[in-house]
Amino acid sequence: MTDLTHPVVWFYIPCAITWICFLISVGSPDRFIDYDWLWLLFRNMSPYFWSALGVALAVGMSILGAAWGIFITGSSLVGAAIRVPRITSKNLISVIFCEAVAIYGVIVAIILQTKIEPVSPGPNGVTYDKWAMASGYSIFGSGVTCGFANLVCGMCVGIVGSSCALSDAQNNSLFVKILVVEIFGSALGLFGVIIGIIMSGGVKWTA
Amino acid sequence: MYGFEMMTFNIKDGFLEAIVRGHRSGLLTVADYNNLSQCETLDDIKMNLTSTDYGAYLANEASPIYTANIVEKCTLKLVNDWNYMRSQADETLATFMDYCTYGHMIDNVVLIVTGTLHERDVQELLDKCHPLGMFDSIATLAVAQNMRELYRLVLVDTPLAPYFSENLTHEDLDEMNIEIMRNTLYKAYLDDFASFCQKLGGTTAEIMGDMLAFETDRRALNITLNSIGTELTREDRKKLYSNFGLLYPHGHNELAIAEDFDQIRSAMEKVPAYSGIFSKLGYGESQMLDKLLYEEEVKKCVDCFEQQFHYGVFYAYMKLREQEIRNVMWISECVAQDQKGRISDGIVYLF
Repeated sequence: MTDLTHPVVWFYIPCAITWICFLISVGSPDRFIDYDWLWLLFRNMSPYFWSALGVALAVGMSILGAAWGIFITGSSLVGAAIRVPRITSKNLISVIFCEAVAIYGVIVAIILQTKIEPVSPGPNGVTYDKWAMASGYSIFGSGVTCGFANLVCGMCVGIVGSSCALSDAQNNSLFVKILVVEIFGSALGLFGVIIGIIMSGGVKWTA
Repeated sequence: MYGFEMMTFNIKDGFLEAIVRGHRSGLLTVADYNNLSQCETLDDIKMNLTSTDYGAYLANEASPIYTANIVEKCTLKLVNDWNYMRSQADETLATFMDYCTYGHMIDNVVLIVTGTLHERDVQELLDKCHPLGMFDSIATLAVAQNMRELYRLVLVDTPLAPYFSENLTHEDLDEMNIEIMRNTLYKAYLDDFASFCQKLGGTTAEIMGDMLAFETDRRALNITLNSIGTELTREDRKKLYSNFGLLYPHGHNELAIAEDFDQIRSAMEKVPAYSGIFSKLGYGESQMLDKLLYEEEVKKCVDCFEQQFHYGVFYAYMKLREQEIRNVMWISECVAQDQKGRISDGIVYLF
């Protein structure tokens, strides 16, 4: 993993961002960032691009998180169970918590997908009206929220599940205590799902 | 980044870490040592050990059983466990585990060379070598007459080759030079191992840095103690100390000029971590020092298991197993020689 105190982060990247902003601002002598030009850029992107991307991220990132968590837990569980076979059945709960994260992603993706309605563009045939644009962005935001929340939730539950398996192998009174930590961890994914559903609740594609 | 290795450690090494933690749970506890101390004969010891992890190895040993057999079987268990893990290890764990065994390799090389000097049979010496430090051409060490030949004929193909530098002399091998060779190799090995661990970064670098610093300081202390009153000059002594550790560099300067135990003591007490050890020793007394150093090492190794997702657990497991084998050997010897009162003097409880 990169070292965050490296000069790249604190000097070169700000320079690059500044340079890009400068390039964007060329063409507007009185403003540093040319918002009109940027809006032109975004105005011509269809809201269906954003909504489809939102649905994809919702399910893709959630499943990435779940898979990550399962392999972290699973590798430790398999190794520890060679010596202490009794831990396998109880510690499958950790794997189930990770799997739940994937299911949240699928549910949100299905819900988001049902909210996409076909709407035709405005008079110039390219740009959509404000309702459609807002809906597209809502669905995108909802998908990103849910997807990334589930990504980190899956990793968290996986790491704690790995420690839970190893501790249970040594001392079986520790299992339930560490499970409580995992339950709190899996609540993070639920937060993402709730906010995602709320965000996408009010979409209307026409006036 | 420190801490983010949790996300990727288990990809390659999660299984083996879980295995080594399983082995750690099988180390003998205080209750086991108490049972062993109650034994009257070596057969009793064997019976008690068959109910522990060593069961599979000792169960089929024929009576009468000797201390050497018990120790050999216990070491065989360590070697089998280690090889099982090493054969499944991926990079960089494989390199790390190899580094852990180079110390034994150096000891084996010195054993064979010393044995050859005293005209012992090569086969007999090979049996005494530590199995974790064997390499293919080890038997040809008996042929070499001086260090140059040793290097050129045998050691250049082994992992120990980079530890031989140009300052090793052409002199014939005798007692003093062999010890100097051992310590020079060990210094180069510890420096190399420490820099490898630092390159790995993260938790491994922190934990292994701490444990290797203790190891190198312990060796510096032992070198100083053993070279008081010999013809080893101060500069030569200084060359045998590693380039890292809590004593580097100022402690090394003081140790290099120390001429008796009290001067060593005042040099070591300046480091807060070691002043605790020395405060348990009375003035002028150095017999307990070995046991106190072992206790400190065991404490560090056991603490190493508190953190997950690093390689230090493998090194610590090897050290703890070796200490346990030493304990079992001590108990067996005490029982065999009917000196059970001295058992608690020599064993270091792990937990």
